[in-house]
Amino acid sequence: MAASTQWQVQAQAAPRRGAGGLAISEPALVRWVLVGIAVVFLGMFLVLPLVVVFATAFQKGIGFYFRAFEDPDTLAAIRLTLLAAAIAVPLNVAFGIAAAWVIGKFDFLGKSLLITLIDLPFSVSPVVAGLTFVLLFGLQGLVGPWLIAHGVRVIFAVPGIVLATIFVTFPFVARELLPMIQSQGNDEEEAALTLGASGWQTFTRVTLPNVKWALIYGVILCNARAMGEFGAVSVVSGHIRGLTNTMPLHIEILYNDYQFVAAFAVASLLALLALTTLLVKSLVEWKAAQQFAAQSASDTERIQ
Amino acid sequence: MSISVRGIRKDFGNFEALKDVDLEIPDGQLVALLGPSGSGKTTLLRIIAGLEFADCGTVQFDGTDISDQTAGERHVGFVFQHYALFRHMTVFENIAFGLRVRPRRLRPSENQIRARVQELLALIQLQNQAQRYPSQLSGGQRQRVALARALAVEPGVLLLDEPFGSLDAKVRQELRRWLRQLHDEVHITSVFVTHDQEEALEVADLVAVMNQGRIEQIGSPEDVYNHPATPFVYNFLGNVNLFHGRVDDGKAYIQETDTGNLAFVRPHLLEITRQPNGASHFRATTTHINSAGPVVKVDAVTEWGAPVHVEMSQERFHALQLAKNELVFVTPKDIAVFQKR
Repeated sequence: MAASTQWQVQAQAAPRRGAGGLAISEPALVRWVLVGIAVVFLGMFLVLPLVVVFATAFQKGIGFYFRAFEDPDTLAAIRLTLLAAAIAVPLNVAFGIAAAWVIGKFDFLGKSLLITLIDLPFSVSPVVAGLTFVLLFGLQGLVGPWLIAHGVRVIFAVPGIVLATIFVTFPFVARELLPMIQSQGNDEEEAALTLGASGWQTFTRVTLPNVKWALIYGVILCNARAMGEFGAVSVVSGHIRGLTNTMPLHIEILYNDYQFVAAFAVASLLALLALTTLLVKSLVEWKAAQQFAAQSASDTERIQ
Repeated sequence: MSISVRGIRKDFGNFEALKDVDLEIPDGQLVALLGPSGSGKTTLLRIIAGLEFADCGTVQFDGTDISDQTAGERHVGFVFQHYALFRHMTVFENIAFGLRVRPRRLRPSENQIRARVQELLALIQLQNQAQRYPSQLSGGQRQRVALARALAVEPGVLLLDEPFGSLDAKVRQELRRWLRQLHDEVHITSVFVTHDQEEALEVADLVAVMNQGRIEQIGSPEDVYNHPATPFVYNFLGNVNLFHGRVDDGKAYIQETDTGNLAFVRPHLLEITRQPNGASHFRATTTHINSAGPVVKVDAVTEWGAPVHVEMSQERFHALQLAKNELVFVTPKDIAVFQKR
């Protein structure tokens, strides 16, 4: 403690090295250049496109904007996107929790292989993923003909879209939870067991509450990706308007039909979703940080 | 509840953690499992708790074999070295946990749970902290909460893994006495693991000294300290001087190499004099004197070049007027002799 105080005093005694007086501080010019580069970059690649999306959507007035959503095909696309997300997110939450739990708490053969496999959707191009499903469930596919003979259509139908969405959103929840579960160890679970809790009680009352924030964060990311996915879904969808078009696919079709306002109106919905996701994510992080800060604050209070 | 452990073996891969351990713990005793790290003491405790399962051997509570029961079924209270409190629950909810998770027909009413938790909070003197979170408590307070949580379910046996291991010296002392007092009040059969011989000797009714997966000796603190059964126990409990030698006709001849015997003498059982004292003495030269503290510690080198440690009272030290690099005569007052293994 004494050593670090002394170090700070020395750092302050060395003057005129940037405004803060800290040894690691850079001259004002360098700082402003770096900040400037970051701002220009963000503006060009993030803010500007977003502005363009909304500007184009409202180009012909607010009435025209809302008329875009009266189109039954657009409404069907929105419904299908919501459906795919509503199936994919809960399934991946269940899978993510199970996988993170198994990897974090137990040692078994093939553990590192499983970790690699979870990351696979991140490293494989979504188009390749979509093609894989076509090869499996398509007319000339492995199990496709058998399924079609029994009246189940996967490719160019809703099940295919759901499958593709599940595939690309596979890693999000597990990846968020894993480091959290690994860092916490087994002590609290063992304590719960010695106190007579069943396995399920231990899981719901001890393990899950401890990873709550990481789980919510994973769900948010998973949902955003599920609604925005284009590549894999595009391959398996077949682009049948009103039937197998999701929002991203529908936007492309509208754009190719030169219906710019309608295309950007739907796009603005996705952009809004992204903004909402960011907002919720910041709220979650802020809330988690606040909880942490409240605890450490009273920690300091107690020590003093 | 009495505990009896019979023929327990446990391997972790190639490492033999426990080699055929037998241990009888009478009802209502406070027992210390004492040993260096890697001696298997924590493994043995976890096997008694049902957190680990032995490769062979049995564990019995009151004569009933419970080897196949899970930790929950055994009804033991376990206190973890790093407390393992539920970090997202208040102190109150932590203590109430064991009561709340009971099946509905066995679960006490909300009022009964409240009363029980209040009672335990009073016992650990933390009534004002009930609504705090574990991260807001000091180490000693957390350890007391962990203890109250374990006691809430009224276990038949209380098991503590290095209960004071991660606390600073002063809190450790306090908590040690507090645990002893608590045990005198509730009389629950308790086993605690420690590597600190002072802690074991001060707190426990019985001390089981463990080494390399075996129990070397079990007995009262006086017993294991004053009558160590093996060289390891002698060495582990307190400082010791080791001499090689030979025993013949009730006499120990030290410093005769490779003669098959080891002789141990505690530092306070060596007497330093300025004049030769009868037959059984050797000469030594003092090298270092530390007179801070209740006893004076003198380091010396024997006439055959081995280091020797002597402890004496401050009065004796002042009477001798001892200084560095002086030739003195050392007389062992009590020697323990063991066969070399």
